[in-house]
Amino acid sequence: MIRSELIQKIADENPHLYQRDVERIVNTIFDEVTDAMARGYRVELRGFGAFSVKKRDARVGRNPRTGATVDVEEKHVPFFKTGKLLRDRLNGKA
Amino acid sequence: MADKTLTRMDLSEAVFREVGLSRNESAQLVESVLDHMSDALTRGEQVKISSFGTFSVRDKSARVGRNPKTGEEVPINPRRVLTFRPSHLMKDRVASGNKS
Repeated sequence: MIRSELIQKIADENPHLYQRDVERIVNTIFDEVTDAMARGYRVELRGFGAFSVKKRDARVGRNPRTGATVDVEEKHVPFFKTGKLLRDRLNGKA
Repeated sequence: MADKTLTRMDLSEAVFREVGLSRNESAQLVESVLDHMSDALTRGEQVKISSFGTFSVRDKSARVGRNPKTGEEVPINPRRVLTFRPSHLMKDRVASGNKS
């Protein structure tokens, strides 16, 4: 399923809404999650999962082609942990 | 880094502000988005949201695990797990937003 298919499903279920409003709604939800993580916040959606930011320490890396060492700075990466309900559903338990 | 957690309520509040539907309907829409995504994943489909990321379901085969406390061997059944791969845009935004 891709974004446009998700929008279509929501639009089909809500015939009283304009398609462009459904697009804005769906986009707002995903943008809000990204914005929150860009601020270092967590987004916890019970039953679905939680988005959080993890810190990766600075390290000395290597260019795999040349073998030269390179300093890699500390950075923050997005992380998602599946919620219990969804994990159970994936395994046919709920 | 501020230790703040957003929930469904914050997402529906954002929808409410952006589109001007009632708070109740905004909350329902957030719920249906999550439901449709969960349903697709439960069917084994990949959910690909451009410029956000991709959720995919992977099959893990059975293996023998160990209770780290007792050292006892325990069988781990085959199971399906969900992985999320953030888009480049999200990675870039999270990296630059949290730069110290």
